[in-house]
Amino acid sequence: MVENRPFLTLLSHLVVILGLAVIAFPVWMTFVASTHSQQTMLQSPIPLLPGPYLIENYTQVLTEGYGRVGSTPVMMTLTNSLIMALGVAIGKIAISIISAFAIVYFRFPGRMYFFWAIFVTLMLPVEVRIVPTYGVVANLGMLDSYGGLIIPLIASATATFLFRQFFLSVPDELTEAARVDGASPMRFFWDILLPMSRTSIAAMFVIQFIYGWNQYLWPLLITTKESYYTVVMTVSRQANVVDSVPSWNLLMAMAMLAMLPPVLVVVFMQRQFVRGLVEVEK
Amino acid sequence: MEKRVTFHERWLPYLLVGPQIVITLVFFFWPSGQAIYQSVLIEDVFGGNSKFVWFENFAQLFRDDSYAHSARLTVVFSFLVAAIGLAVSLLLAVMADRVVRGATGYKAFLVWPYAVAPAVAGVLWGFLFNPSVGIIAWMLQGIGIEFNYVINGNQALLLVVIAAVWNQISYNFLFFLAGLQSIPKSLIEAAAIDGAGPGRRFRDIIFPLLSPVGFFLLVVNIIYAFFGTFGVVDSLTKGGPGKATEILVFKVFNDGFRGQDLGGSSAQSVILMIVVIALTVVQFRFIERRVHY
Repeated sequence: MVENRPFLTLLSHLVVILGLAVIAFPVWMTFVASTHSQQTMLQSPIPLLPGPYLIENYTQVLTEGYGRVGSTPVMMTLTNSLIMALGVAIGKIAISIISAFAIVYFRFPGRMYFFWAIFVTLMLPVEVRIVPTYGVVANLGMLDSYGGLIIPLIASATATFLFRQFFLSVPDELTEAARVDGASPMRFFWDILLPMSRTSIAAMFVIQFIYGWNQYLWPLLITTKESYYTVVMTVSRQANVVDSVPSWNLLMAMAMLAMLPPVLVVVFMQRQFVRGLVEVEK
Repeated sequence: MEKRVTFHERWLPYLLVGPQIVITLVFFFWPSGQAIYQSVLIEDVFGGNSKFVWFENFAQLFRDDSYAHSARLTVVFSFLVAAIGLAVSLLLAVMADRVVRGATGYKAFLVWPYAVAPAVAGVLWGFLFNPSVGIIAWMLQGIGIEFNYVINGNQALLLVVIAAVWNQISYNFLFFLAGLQSIPKSLIEAAAIDGAGPGRRFRDIIFPLLSPVGFFLLVVNIIYAFFGTFGVVDSLTKGGPGKATEILVFKVFNDGFRGQDLGGSSAQSVILMIVVIALTVVQFRFIERRVHY
């Protein structure tokens, strides 16, 4: 603070707090809606404060699902989302850390071609080439499988670049010392490089976990069996059922559950999250 | 930048780079190649036979009114998302930066919207503005505004923009705040000693120094509005009412899967690929300059 202007300081606080309130409002209303009975939620105006049905609503969506008959319990879709998010995050980190290691620490014919082949993937998000990618996955018989949900999404360059950047900053003396001591490349990788990359791995994990959890179009396309549905796609799907009277209370309980895991990850791993965001853009 | 010290192995590097290359070839180059290949073919109505037609699919797109509509709409949409998103988050970041002690606390409350899936964000905002039970729709009705995004195209577009901005705001805020905090305090103090008030300092010092970050965020937000908002659109409006919110990335999907027009959809994919590549090149050239700054 350069000078003392109590009025401006107060105004700044007010603006930020007002902004926070506006930003949090949709989530507050979602929470409120998830704690009322279906009848309350059908009359306008709906209440602004939580009601008594919290446990009942959440138990119902978790164990039975949104509708009475033939719907997927959210417990199952949450599990699928978790498998997908972990698969995408861990898979991406695993394949990109070793390929970054190869590209930084070895000289071999074709190295630059590989580098550019990976680099190009940075440019095309999956939404752009969605139709042919679906065709490829269908040809490989990977529809309705965890492999189909996860593997096509781990082909991306962001993580490779992050690790490449980090490896380039590791002092050469360490590599020399390891070589003098007769360590093989893999020994160097496991015992020196990997432990040093911990913070980068954590940052990458947060970003990719959220990316995997929040996928929508991809699981929507390649799953037809309920046992592979993810929670984000079922929330959106139920919101668009036009014929029946919507059970807003249950739908919003589902939405809360779909938001909770990634939001918790971001809030509790905030430092890694911010670091990951900034580093990915470098 | 290259490493001075490297290992010498014949096969190991290929083994290490292999998994990523295989996945990239199968799930990236193969489908992208197929999109380009399909974009110059027309399949006959009974399927099976396809004919090489040069750029007929593209020509057809450029003659098509609904494509022109969708392209114009996408430009308007991404302009609104980027402009509103940047303005709001800049305001919040500047205010949060003023109250130094609070900034970190406020940050914790502002990062989480990033973690909400676009499709879920669409559902939340759809609920607030729902014509029959939405609380904001009800308030608007109280002051005489009939808000029904299900039938009114402009209101639908507005709602999609709001939901998309909301989802992206924490990202913009974090980068603006980091940019603000990296401006040397001595500059600001010198200006204050010279008698510049907060408004003047913002206009003549902070804003110009922040412009590299702003430009970077502008490109990121345009890319986001073009491609990252599919979930918002699909769960809020499905491109409707009519074609009021059918942005390009939604149209690719719609024509390819619902319309079964493979050639047309692939041609659209190819055009979008060119757009992303152009935007990415702009972004990278800029980042090179940011390093100097």
